[in-house]
Order: sequence, then C-alpha cells, then structure tokens
Amino acid sequence: MSAQEPVIDVRDLKVTFATDAGDVAAVRGVSLHVDPGQVLAIVGESGSGKTVTARSILGLLPETALASGAVVLRRNDDAASSDVLSLSPSRLREVRGRDAAMVFQEPSTALNPVFPVGWQIAEGLRAHRRLTRAEAHREAVDVLRRVGIPDPEERAKHYPHQFSGGQKQRIVIAQALVLNPGLVIADEPTTALDVTVQAEILDLLRRLPEEFGTAIVLITHNMGVVADLADQVAVMYHGRIVEQADVRTLFSAPQHPYTRALLDAVPRVGGPRLRPARTAPVGETALTAAPSTGAPVVEARSLTITYPGRFRRPGFTAVDGVDLSIHAGEVLGLVGESGSGKTTIGRAIAGLTPVTGGELTVLGTQVRGIHERDFRAVRRRIGFVFQDPATSFNPLLTIAACVAEPLLVHGVAKDLDAARPRVDELLEAVQLPKAYGDRFPHELSGGQRQRASLARALALDPELLIADEPTSALDVSVQARVLDLFARLQEELGFACLFISHDLAVVDLLADRIAVLHHGKLVEQGTGAQVLGAPQDPYTQRLLASLPVPDPVEQAERREAWRALVTR
Amino acid sequence: MTADVSVPNDTPADPADIPVDALPSRGPLWKRLPVVRQLRTSVGLQRGMLVTGVVITAIFLVTAIFAPLIAPYGGSQLRSGSVAFGAQKAPSAAHLLGTTVGGYDVLSRVVWGTRTALLVMIAAVVLSIFLGIFLGLVSGYFGGWIDRVLVVVADAIYAFPSLLLAIVAAIVISKGQSSMWGGILAAAISITVVFVPQYFRVVRSEVVRVKAEAFVEAAKVIGTPPARIMVRHVLRNSVRTLPLIVTLNCSEAILTLAGLGFLGFGIEPSAAAEWGYDLNKALSDVTSGIWWTSVFPGVAIVLTVLGVTLVGESLNDLADPRLRTRRAAGRRGARAAVQSEVDVVEVDPLDAPPVADEDTSTGRTGSHDETTGGAR
Repeated sequence: MSAQEPVIDVRDLKVTFATDAGDVAAVRGVSLHVDPGQVLAIVGESGSGKTVTARSILGLLPETALASGAVVLRRNDDAASSDVLSLSPSRLREVRGRDAAMVFQEPSTALNPVFPVGWQIAEGLRAHRRLTRAEAHREAVDVLRRVGIPDPEERAKHYPHQFSGGQKQRIVIAQALVLNPGLVIADEPTTALDVTVQAEILDLLRRLPEEFGTAIVLITHNMGVVADLADQVAVMYHGRIVEQADVRTLFSAPQHPYTRALLDAVPRVGGPRLRPARTAPVGETALTAAPSTGAPVVEARSLTITYPGRFRRPGFTAVDGVDLSIHAGEVLGLVGESGSGKTTIGRAIAGLTPVTGGELTVLGTQVRGIHERDFRAVRRRIGFVFQDPATSFNPLLTIAACVAEPLLVHGVAKDLDAARPRVDELLEAVQLPKAYGDRFPHELSGGQRQRASLARALALDPELLIADEPTSALDVSVQARVLDLFARLQEELGFACLFISHDLAVVDLLADRIAVLHHGKLVEQGTGAQVLGAPQDPYTQRLLASLPVPDPVEQAERREAWRALVTR
Repeated sequence: MTADVSVPNDTPADPADIPVDALPSRGPLWKRLPVVRQLRTSVGLQRGMLVTGVVITAIFLVTAIFAPLIAPYGGSQLRSGSVAFGAQKAPSAAHLLGTTVGGYDVLSRVVWGTRTALLVMIAAVVLSIFLGIFLGLVSGYFGGWIDRVLVVVADAIYAFPSLLLAIVAAIVISKGQSSMWGGILAAAISITVVFVPQYFRVVRSEVVRVKAEAFVEAAKVIGTPPARIMVRHVLRNSVRTLPLIVTLNCSEAILTLAGLGFLGFGIEPSAAAEWGYDLNKALSDVTSGIWWTSVFPGVAIVLTVLGVTLVGESLNDLADPRLRTRRAAGRRGARAAVQSEVDVVEVDPLDAPPVADEDTSTGRTGSHDETTGGAR
C-alpha cells in the first residue's frame, strides 16, 4: 500500500484570513498525506485549524482566505493529480465529488429539504457524468443500499425530514460516495448525533476503506472516535501539526506535551472520580428507602411534562411519569440522549417549564401550578448553569454586573458597588482574576465564561444547583478544568446538584447517583458503580457499549461487544 | 492544561464565522460612535459611499444650524428695506438664485428650508422612536392578546398608502393652522403615524428573538422581575438595528414633508420656508422657461435624501459581515497581525497553553461585538 502514491498530499499549507482586526493565520505550515484506503484523523481543539485544513483540500475556503503551499489531490482513476489551490473554478468543480467528497457535521442542514434524497444523490452524478435520469436514479438507489438504508427503491423517493438523524447522515455519506472518490473528508461526522447512533455511523465509516477503497480524512475532537476509526492521527494545535503517529503509538506513547494533556483530559467511564464517593448513611444503599437525613431537596413523583400540541394535534409528552429525588449535598447525574427529556426536567425544577402532571417538590415547595410570585422565594435558593456560556451572559453587561444580578435582584446588595466585594470573592472562588469582572463576556474564553456562569449560579449560596450540560460546549481540556472546579466547589459548599449531561463519562466523574432517561421515562437509576458497572436495563447496556473509549486496543474489543449486543 | 480557545464549532461556512480577533481592545469613545466606527472599518466603494453620504449630510446640518448667517434674507422676507424683491426675477447679484412667483428670494428659501426639514426629521424620528420602541418591547415580551392586537393595527396602517395617511393626519392635527411650529409638528406627527409601525415591527421581532436567548432565561431563573428583564436585558440588546432605520426614515421624512407641502398640506410660506410648497408654486413657471424657481428646491430635496440614504445604506452594509468588504488577506503579512495580537491578549495564567508560542484566541464573539457595537 505504501508503494502507491498518496491520495492527498498537503505540503506546507498556510491559510490566512482577513478580518477586521487584521490578518489571522489559521493554518501555519501543515504537511500531511493519506495513502489509499487509509483513515487519517486530524484532532485538535476549536480554533486549531483542523477544519480549515480539511476544507482547503476541496477548495472550500471563503473569499477572505489566502492559502499558500500545495494540496495535491490524485484523480480517482489514478490518471493524474492536480494542485487544488491553483485550479480554476471550473476545474475545481470537476475535482469536487469525483476525487474528493465531503461529509458534513450536521446532516439535517446538509440535505436540501425540498427534494427527495434520491434526486439529491443523482444530482451529483449528473453533474459529472452524462447519464439519463433513470440511470442516475438506479445508481443512487444502489449507493443508498450500500450505506445501509433499508428498502432503498422506496426510500429514495422520500424527503430528508422523513429520515432519522442517523439515516440522514448515512444519506450524506452515500452522496459523498456515489462518484467513488478516492478520498472522503468527514468533518465531525458524528458530533451532532447521539451516542448510540454515532456507534452505527462509525461502523459504516469503518467499512468504507474495505468496501469502497476510499481513504478518509476524519476531523474530530472526540478521542474515542479517533481510537475507534483512525489508522493515522495528526494532532493540530494553533495551526500546526504537533504530532503525527499511527493510532496505537499515539495513544500508548504520546510524545508531545499537548497530546499528553489532551489525552489526560478525556474523561473515561470507570476512570478516577473527581469526588470521593459519598459516605452513604446506612439505609441509603436501598434507593427506595427514604434516607434518614431530612426531606429531599427535590422530589418528583410520577412527574409528567407535556408540551401543548398545535393545530389540534395531541401534545408531546417530554417527561413521562418520572420518580426521582435529590438529597441535600448529593449530586444526581441525569443522562440521556437528545429528546429524552433530561433538560425538560432540569427546567421544570428551575420553574422555567410548567409541570403538567404528577408532583414535583423543590425545596419544600410544590411546583405544579405555582404562581411566579410565590416561586420567587424558592428561586434564590436555586442556582442554574446553562449549557452555552456564550449566550447565557448579557453581552452588554460586564462580568461583574452579570454575577451581581442575583444579589441586586434579591436585594442582598443595594447597587453594583455594594455587591462588588461579594462578586470578587465569587470570581476568586471560580479561579478568575478579580480584574476579569470589568471585562465584557465576549472578552473571555469559553471556559472562563463557564466559570463566571458558575460564580453567578453560586452568588446566593444556593442549596440546589442545576447544571444543564455545563461542559458540552467546551473543548475537552477546558471541560476537565471546569469539572475539576465544579467538584471542588461542591465539596466546599455542599450544595445538592442535578447534573444533566449526555456524556456518561462526565457524569461518572461527578455524580453520586446516576439516573438514565430514555424517551421521557426513567429506565434505571442507582450509584455510578451500579448503573455503569452492571447495567440492568437493555437501553443502558446499549448506551454504555456505544460509547467509544479513547484507547484503540480496548475499543476494538468493545466494538465486538457492541456488535454482539446490536445483532442480538 | 491548555488555552481556552472559544470558536464556534469551527466550520467557517461564511465570513461571519471566521475567527475574528482576540480581545477587541476598546479604543477611546469617539472611535466607537456609530458612524465614526464604520468610517474606520470600511474600505473601497463602501467607504466612498459612506464618505459621500456623511459629507452631504454634514453640509445639510451646517446649513440648517447656521441658516441665519448663510441666507442673505429671511425665509419669508419679501422686501429689503422698503423695496420689494419683485417676482420671478432671474438670478442676479442681489438674488443669486433669483426670486419666486410669490416674490421670495430662492436662495434664502432653500437655505431656510433645510432648517424646516431638519426640525421635522428630528421631531418625527424622536416621536416615533419612543412610541415604537415602547410598543414593540411590550408587545414582543409579553405576547398574548396585546401582541396580536398591536400587530393587526400595525398591519392595518401598512395597508394605507403612507402619503394618504399623512394627509389625513395633517388635516386632523393642524386643522388648517399654519404657524411654524404648528406646521412642523403637524408634519412630524403625521409622519410619526406612518413610522411607528416600522419601529414597532423591528423592535418587536428583535425582542422576540432576544427573549429566547439564554441570558434572558438566566435572568428569569434568578427571579428577576419582568420590568427589570425588559429594560436591563432585552431592550438594550434589541435596538442595535435602529441607527440604520433612523437614517433611512430621516430621508423618508423629508420626502413625506415635501409631498405634503407640494399637495398644499404643509407649512404656510409666511411661517417657514418649505421646499415642497416652493415646488408647487413653481409648477406654472416651468412652462414659461423660469427654471430657477423649481430646480433649486428640487436639487435640495434630492441631495438631502441622497446624503441621508447613502449614510443609512452604508451603515446597513457595514453592519452585516457578509456584505462588508475587507482588505485582502496577506497584504501586510500575517506575521505582523499575529504579533499585534500577542500584545492584546493577556494570557490567563491558569489557562496558559503548554506550548504557547503565540496565542490566537478567536471567536464568533468578535463579530458579535461588531453588530452590537452600534447600540452602545
């Protein structure tokens, strides 16, 4: 294989963007090549230049970009190779799709909603080859079958919204494969998908080199995905490749300090926990038994939340008869895929979404049907950390003003100046320099903002903290820092916490107990060791098996276990 | 650990998503004022348009403010000393632009007319902005039946031709009165009636958008009362497009005022100079070869509208990162840019990267600042 010419050969690629603040160098001299049938993973954090590198392979850079170097792409029939950067627009159009194709991150936006999927695949064919409509359609159906869409003759006539997220991503992959390109560039192909669906798509991508002879450039920040799929790994940092090695070497003996830090930061299920296991009082091991330590902070009994339907359709039940309780000082991890109702439960506890059935008691107050006025007293005892730190701060207020808001609203401090000592104290508690209080939110990085968000949530010393996916918008090393801080603050302040996440490994780091949600129903709950060590419910088992671990050897074994579980 | 580098999930599909800059260093206040800021960031044709617009508008403003010094005579002056100007005199040394059929000096009428136009513009925009923002805020934030009723009313007003509506309003408001302020207010209020729905709609749609943002929910979660949320969190984030609409509406106000004057619903000539009225009176002159009575007020209207519109359109283009043109990359060398960035970024000691040779913190937030900047 190595005797063959590489499919893509990138030599000293440099990309610079013109922005209002002057030029920004996104890629600073990257060289890499991919042999036929190989999978190269480019990993790195946001802003490391990995997407820009991949996009320049297809000449997909915006007008403001200036690229230099060479990107030599071989034709799919081995006839010739060409430098993508110097091609004319019409020649570039020929190359795209034929020699290299792209799989995008978000399958729901990569497909045009007003055309049938078969037509969309055939469109790519007809752009490159002279085919009749029927021939193109036949080939489209054929490629749909090969990517595992059941009943492709019928399904080719369907529109994108009639497919699930995973199937849509299969269609996008089919679209990329239909011209049989030598190279497929997959830009975070599974980031938008749930973990069980991700496992299926990874399985499909793994088959591509064997069945289609396609090389893959995989862009991802998920080390588990890398371990699962890649042959070669290139680690990018600030526009440069800092380390390049085959996958086993990289994971077993990382050379560069950045790679080591990156790997250390990845949370693993069953790995070392951030918090000591709670010394559970006697009798709490049995979950049904009420603990002796006072009333629970949150108690839900057959909690049901229904969103009203539109146009005489029945409403959508997001949460269906959930029983759970959070005791003082306890961290409950709530896990589930998108649409499982985990965020809805968090919002209901915070009084943002009305409860429609069952009972929900928060800090001794029945929430169902409560008036906003009566709930205000409860609100000052609840803290909330939002998912996206970029949008959860008013962009026109300084960090200090944002953190001081709870103090001002509840009359603890008269004005901003009076609140400032407490704000400084809080910023210090979340390890932000005091001077950051005078900055505006956009002047902080994502991790810093999320720490400020934590400071705001803790401003009134809440008894209950609700954290809704607090780290899912952050890079993995930043996530590790925020989680670390979180665990320490929880220990110091002793608040009860509902920690919502889709990431089993993250929840395992923090939670005393874990509750697993599936389609609005609570399928399993128990301590971390119980739920993740010996899952009882088939859904939990599948969830756990789908999770790729950042270790290529272990992941190969797990993959087999997953296959057995799925085909069972 | 490594540096926090916040970037949208790094797929720069359009230039708006491209890493912009690190910490935008805040310059002195005057450099961040709406028009000044755009002047500094614009290039090429867009800059030309903006500069032209700003110059014309500046001339208009200076003329309006210093009208008594610039104009040779008063706006409603018919004689100097005891000698009448005479009607329809061709341009001469005494009357640089000639005189009208009513015996007014054309140059003085044009100069004084800027004052009337400016006053109407200010009055109309101020009145409609306050009412429009208030209604839009309440309607968008609370929703429900208030919202539905207000939207229907706004739509109904849209359904009328705006000039017709302005005529009706002028008749209702001024009832034939024709003092200077009476006339100006009548014109301003009748324009307000047409403009309020525009501000209402823009503010309302922004409020509806901002209302769903996480920071408003964050305010709700800590128990902030609705009035405080509306003023502190929603309002200031909803008015960033207003400077553009204001400039565009200013030019529309001039046209409506001139239209009213031309149709005879404007300000009496003895109260204040008004271009529309002069144009109306110049109608019969055109056929008899007297060009100066119609050309100069007409040019004044066209230039003023052009100037204000150019400013508005340029601001509009410059506020949108997708329409804004930039200097080409690499002209000054990437190295220099990286260097200057290092000066700006203070590396957080806690987040210092292990191999921090240079730090290019990037983020969408930079471009966000771009768009909110106008509202500050």
